[in-house]
Amino acid sequence: MSIKAENLTYIYGEGTALEQYALKDVSFEIPDGQFVGLIGHTGSGKSTLIQHLNGLLKPTRGTVYYENEDIHGEGYDLRTLRSKVGLVFQYPEHQLFEVDVFSDVCYGPRNLGLAKEETEERARQALKQVGLKEKYWEQSPFELSGGQKRRVAIAGVLAMEPKVLILDEPTAGLDPRGRDEILEEISGLHRERKMSIILVSHSMEDIARYADRLMVMNRGEKVFDGEPKKVFEHCKELESIGLAAPQVTYIVHELRERGVPLGSGITTIEEAREAILRLLEQ
Amino acid sequence: MIRDITLGQYYPVDSVLHRMDPRTKLFGTMVFIISLFLADHIGAYITATVFLTAAIKLSRVPFKFMVRGLKAIVFILLISVSFNLFLTDGEVLVRLGFLKITREGLRMSCFMGLRLIYLVIGSSIMTLTTTPNQLTDGMEKSLGFLKAVKVPVHEISMMMSIALRFIPILVEETDKIMKAQMARGADFETGNLVQKAKSMVPLLVPLFISAFRRATDLAMAMEARCYRGGEGRTKMKPLHYSRRDYLAYGFYAVYLGCMMAIRFVL
Amino acid sequence: MRLHRERLNMGIIKASRLIFDYIRRDENENVTEVDRAIDDLNVDIDKGSFVAILGHNGSGKSTFAKHINGILIPTEGTVWVSGMDTAKEESVWEIRKKAGMVFQNPDNQIIGNVVEEDVGFGPENIGVATEDIWRRVDESLEAVGMTAYRYKSPNKLSGGQKQRVAIAGVMAMRPECIVLDEPTAMLDPNGRKDVIRTVRELNQREGITVLLITHYMEEVIDADRVIVMDDGKIVMDGTPRGIFSDVKQLKSYRLDVPQVTELAWELREAGLDIPRGILSQEELMDHLLPIFKEKFPGKIAL
Repeated sequence: MSIKAENLTYIYGEGTALEQYALKDVSFEIPDGQFVGLIGHTGSGKSTLIQHLNGLLKPTRGTVYYENEDIHGEGYDLRTLRSKVGLVFQYPEHQLFEVDVFSDVCYGPRNLGLAKEETEERARQALKQVGLKEKYWEQSPFELSGGQKRRVAIAGVLAMEPKVLILDEPTAGLDPRGRDEILEEISGLHRERKMSIILVSHSMEDIARYADRLMVMNRGEKVFDGEPKKVFEHCKELESIGLAAPQVTYIVHELRERGVPLGSGITTIEEAREAILRLLEQ
Repeated sequence: MIRDITLGQYYPVDSVLHRMDPRTKLFGTMVFIISLFLADHIGAYITATVFLTAAIKLSRVPFKFMVRGLKAIVFILLISVSFNLFLTDGEVLVRLGFLKITREGLRMSCFMGLRLIYLVIGSSIMTLTTTPNQLTDGMEKSLGFLKAVKVPVHEISMMMSIALRFIPILVEETDKIMKAQMARGADFETGNLVQKAKSMVPLLVPLFISAFRRATDLAMAMEARCYRGGEGRTKMKPLHYSRRDYLAYGFYAVYLGCMMAIRFVL
Repeated sequence: MRLHRERLNMGIIKASRLIFDYIRRDENENVTEVDRAIDDLNVDIDKGSFVAILGHNGSGKSTFAKHINGILIPTEGTVWVSGMDTAKEESVWEIRKKAGMVFQNPDNQIIGNVVEEDVGFGPENIGVATEDIWRRVDESLEAVGMTAYRYKSPNKLSGGQKQRVAIAGVMAMRPECIVLDEPTAMLDPNGRKDVIRTVRELNQREGITVLLITHYMEEVIDADRVIVMDDGKIVMDGTPRGIFSDVKQLKSYRLDVPQVTELAWELREAGLDIPRGILSQEELMDHLLPIFKEKFPGKIAL
């Protein structure tokens, strides 16, 4: 078991007239190696939630455990936690600051107090993982394209060699190509390095494609938590909180209603195509 | 902490003070500040309190909201009050080791404390009841005579207005970058002065880059909306004085008269 | 004389043999790098139409947008807006009045500290009389559905609301045409829908010509015309249905298609009798259900 949240409540401006619940009694447990999608519209509390998981915010009430230890317990080293639970913020390229790509990626491991060789080795590994060609390593990060900058920023977190990687809308503002490349890389980290991934996203299509589990937030509360296809069966409830299931699930749903004997749990185009063709070949 | 500063914030309600011409309010604030420095008599403070209370009531901004603004100056307030309290010579009331409290010291520190509190509340009433744009308009107009000596009054006031708009955005951005670097193991708290200064680089560089990017974007957006300096511009909210402003000026005269009388006659 | 006649016949925006190079220079002003962002582009856009321009980052679409209100000036070729040449310095302000522009980042284009004051910024710049400014501000806020927020600080609004304020700010200049350069790229799905709905309404109700630059396919389905750009050139140009008929070609430009369209195309490729260019779930049902009815007689409700 790697991360466990117990009854997390977070209140902004407690005791003032502007008091507002950002999180309300949220509990869950994320075992090692899971790929979790986290969805909810702006202001649903998802960004607040992920900042609790690496100790950037302290819950008003409730506890966060990493490997069974209370992260706000006495003597717990939050810096070590942050190297284990990597967090990539939205538009992470805005945090780049070094004169060249390589030094920027070294910033994280250097902060951990690692030796120079180890730091550089990790930076090299991380840059390779995000697929940034070596010819860019000595360039200023500010001269790269948007998609490349973002990969440098993600490498900056990967170089800390986290066990859990949390990404807040890593594809925001990218074009379809950039989006697919980033998602493929994340999926690769999950498959090959057995990293746990928490992916905050607005796209049900992406979640359907990559995640093992989907958590849906609304007004600070966790309203759904389960396998994506199980959650998508509640498309009416999802719509009532301003979200929607992937378009394909609606098509499959209508076909079933009209009497087409398709199975349930179809959430991607490939699955729908296979199921329809199989049915017609019988 | 930064959120607590009410100075420079606008409180949107409708009141006589909100509708008043910004020039009148600017001038009134100036009069009030001058009057506070004239005050050295209990009577003067009573008059100032009456003036301030009237302004607070007229503004319809909750008093609690203004008091919150004082949090930011608690430190300065404590220092200046204790300096006056312990370091003024005169008739000794209490002696605590090498420190002594004198009658004059007590009086001075009370006055000093009141002066500072009134100063902050007085100027926050102005900003709470005036949108930053009106404020800059008011300054542009009041200082318009400086254009004659080639002071770019319009440009300065436009810059101020834009700065006011972007301060909250940049504060939020600072918080975000700080957290992002902390997620990469940065430490902004411990270490000596040199280490601390060094640890600010990963915060300041992205912040500057972002500010420049925003500035470029904004300049382009302004040009796309036909902005080309102050020449030939009209105003959506031109300033005119109405009856309430003339009344206010009359009121200032009476108030200042009273304060001067207390100072120089009593 | 011929030139004059040509002007009368052209649409509200016309680009002819447009070329634009980004030129990078070193400290001594020597050219070190020339990057051709637009390469011999010809396009003519009808007044009152809703045109979407698609393309991945670096395809030249934003560069083209910046030509339309004279932020960029062609390296070669000409762009006319309402018959005015954008390269002529004396007409630049007139062009900016006619063709308003909305940018990607909602925070970096709002100048005012109060919503209504921001909407009034444009009219102030072009010297509109005070009472007229108020009328325009009222109308523009109403047109984008933001009247209820007129006294609010822009910082208190959501991304989608900020973009609607930006659109109102452009509307207050009474333009003939609005160019939106990826206005939804930084928004969440709800904000995106709001902005697109607003833009479509302006197009239909007020007859404003809309040029929407985006890479979200869902947003172009209702456009009158879709232009796909790649490498500084127009590579596809037609109705949404025409464009979406060729999923393969779209994918080769690294663009997405809506899931219905893609599923319909996949099924057609697999040999099912489904036409090209399916844009909605209903259309797909209309073609898919009869196929199933044949396979499972008596079971399928049409």
